[in-house]
Amino acid sequence: MSESRIPLLEASSVTKVFGAVRALENASLEVRAGEIVALLGANGAGKSTLVKILTGALRPDQGRVRIRGSELAFASPTDARKSGLIPVYQESSMIPDLTVADNLRLTDTGTEPFRHWLNELGMGDLRLDARTSGLPLATLRILDLARAIADDPVVLLLDEITAALPTDLVQKVLEVVRSQKDRNCGIIFISHRFIEIGAVCDRASVLRDGRTVGSLDVRPGVEDQVVEMMLGGSLDSTAAVGDSGVAGDRAAGPPRLRANGLSAGDNLVEVTFELRHGEVLGVVALEGQGQDELFEVLSGFERPTGGTIEVDGAPVVFQHPADAIEVGLAYVPGDRATALLMQRSVHENIALPFSAKASAWGAIPKRRERERVAEAIERLQIDTRAQGELRRLSGGNQQKVTIGRWTAANAKTLLLFDPTRGIDIRTKRQIYPLMRELAAQGTSVLYYTSELEEIPLVCDRVVVIFSGRIVDTINARDVDESMLMRAAYGLRPSSAEAA
Amino acid sequence: MGLFRRESWNVGLLVILALLLALTKAVQPNYGAAGFEGLAQAALPFAFAAAAQAIVVIAGGIDLSIASMMAVTSVTAAVLMEGATEGQAVWIALFVLGLGAAMGALNGFLIVITRVPDIVVTLAMLYVWEGVALMILNAPGGGASEWLKALPIGSVPLPFLPESVSSFIPKALLFLLVCIAVVWFPLKRSKLGLQIYAIGSSEQTAFRTGVPVRRSKVIAYSVAGLFAAMGGLVLTASTGIGAPIPGPYLLASVAAVVLGGVILGGGRGGLIGPIIAVFILRLVRTILTFLAVDPNVTTIVEGTIMVAVVMAGGVLALRGRRRKAA
Repeated sequence: MSESRIPLLEASSVTKVFGAVRALENASLEVRAGEIVALLGANGAGKSTLVKILTGALRPDQGRVRIRGSELAFASPTDARKSGLIPVYQESSMIPDLTVADNLRLTDTGTEPFRHWLNELGMGDLRLDARTSGLPLATLRILDLARAIADDPVVLLLDEITAALPTDLVQKVLEVVRSQKDRNCGIIFISHRFIEIGAVCDRASVLRDGRTVGSLDVRPGVEDQVVEMMLGGSLDSTAAVGDSGVAGDRAAGPPRLRANGLSAGDNLVEVTFELRHGEVLGVVALEGQGQDELFEVLSGFERPTGGTIEVDGAPVVFQHPADAIEVGLAYVPGDRATALLMQRSVHENIALPFSAKASAWGAIPKRRERERVAEAIERLQIDTRAQGELRRLSGGNQQKVTIGRWTAANAKTLLLFDPTRGIDIRTKRQIYPLMRELAAQGTSVLYYTSELEEIPLVCDRVVVIFSGRIVDTINARDVDESMLMRAAYGLRPSSAEAA
Repeated sequence: MGLFRRESWNVGLLVILALLLALTKAVQPNYGAAGFEGLAQAALPFAFAAAAQAIVVIAGGIDLSIASMMAVTSVTAAVLMEGATEGQAVWIALFVLGLGAAMGALNGFLIVITRVPDIVVTLAMLYVWEGVALMILNAPGGGASEWLKALPIGSVPLPFLPESVSSFIPKALLFLLVCIAVVWFPLKRSKLGLQIYAIGSSEQTAFRTGVPVRRSKVIAYSVAGLFAAMGGLVLTASTGIGAPIPGPYLLASVAAVVLGGVILGGGRGGLIGPIIAVFILRLVRTILTFLAVDPNVTTIVEGTIMVAVVMAGGVLALRGRRRKAA
């Protein structure tokens, strides 16, 4: 067992500089055989840069990476793969226009082991001659994982493998990942969810501002320590969430938004609910239960196949997303890339809905626009150091821009679809109190989230959707995660106990 | 059924082609073997241009220099073949094919190394190759060997088929199919072909999956150059001389690619579709000529057909998907 002494992967004093930004400064990482190491860091801490260097997509300015003790010049992803480092990236690596089988051929992956791991992951009945562009995101992630494991990795790098998965698949994935320990493979595990890290990881390596600030054994209660390391001791914001509290039921009156038996094909069936003035209404659902269709119908992207929408008591019909915006419904989609102009500035992105309101041939009132944008930047504490082009901002800051543009436009209702997916804990903790603040000012918020622990922090009430129908409406003060989870699985509290 | 579905675009094109042939026969009752042979001969250079364009588009690029490369290879062959023996001409033809592949590879290298967008690089090369062609031969001239001239002429006598049937298999068509088959089918089945589809589908993903993106791209352009050289040789064969001014093959190649089911942007389609599309577009011209339609109207009809077919294809694909979902 002496082989566990030699680290499988050893990255030391890795430095990478982009212009004036030192993305990585003396970062290091060590993974031993049979070990699962969590790589942690707030957005912008240098995680993505380190991943790119380890996988050969970027060359480090200084430092070296060794696999099984022999140093490697990572010239390209091909070289990294050959040396045994197999990555599963945040986005799927399946070529969309090729079939699954052709994708396997591309990486010389054996069909037999691939089939085996696909079975273990509960997708054994998938057809290999299916074109991958038609497959759902969660399936693609499972294909990525099965292929990576079938490639017999020395070191497996998993970047947010669970982010887009429904809860039942997450459990399967974690089981399979854990089982890799027995094959003496080393795993780098990147996730924003502490529960998963606690469940599978042996050690956590923490990055902050491009430096490796520590490495801890994962044991119960380590979360606080890790968060502290990630944030660098500035933990004042933690308290803000607790203080903000949750407002009680608002006074009766016509609701801000009312859905009456709203349907969209088979995916959304006769959904009825009210969103009151100054209320944050949570939406909880497993992946693909109809929440996507609900938000698309409410934001005018898709027409309902049945039912009506009322805004402030008056029925509305949306022919175009602009109609929804006109009555004050602002949609913030889950995929930030579809909401933002990535190559334009922070200013333009925030001002967009505002300038769209100016009459077609009229001049844009520049001064008023500037004031409003400045106000939004201030209010959301958007980091504008790289304000020239939005794609240079971190994910958390981009998300703030998508929300900020609507607060600047004084939207009366925000439809937020998983606004905290894949963003760092610091930004999350800025978004929660912001929601409460907006609600206190009378803004209504429909808040879908895949992170159940957010519900009691942010929402007044919560509706649970299961297979296209609302199965429960609960006061957010009375919920806990396990209760929401049971409801999301379509289990009634009583029947769950009986079973 | 699987094959039929996967090749549904090509099947659709073949149906259109059959209908057009029937229509031609209806318009011009004495249209027969000779007419079809003429069609195949006229389509030949367009078909090679379309094949060249198709492979580059599948790889996610575009090549605006195809017609100019055809001109360079055509004049090179004509100049070298003038006065050469029939035996020497074989070596000359092979040299010209190599020259085409090299020109294509140069296009690819420039794109990969300079990182200038492909449309800009190949636009520049369009002018460069045009100049080169004029330097080699500043007016139509040169010659062609007898076997080359004979290559696309006549029909293929197949011993087991009666004369009346085999006369409908023009040599030009057979020559085209052999050339395409020899290059394309091995390529498509190889990992290299898969990599060309992969970089066209998503260059970023392909790169991260370990596909040698630059190499695959250079090879795709190089194969395009090879097809362009075949087109150039065919031009020399059919006229017996070399013409330094590029013919109308560039935009025609893009049109055939689009009509042939290759998605601009890459990753989808093949070479068979664009070649059938070339025949369709040629045949439409023939019909309109028979009908004595104003040539200016002809181009309007061609443009309309292109948009209509691509649109109809999109609608049918969408309906198919809906039915599958329901």
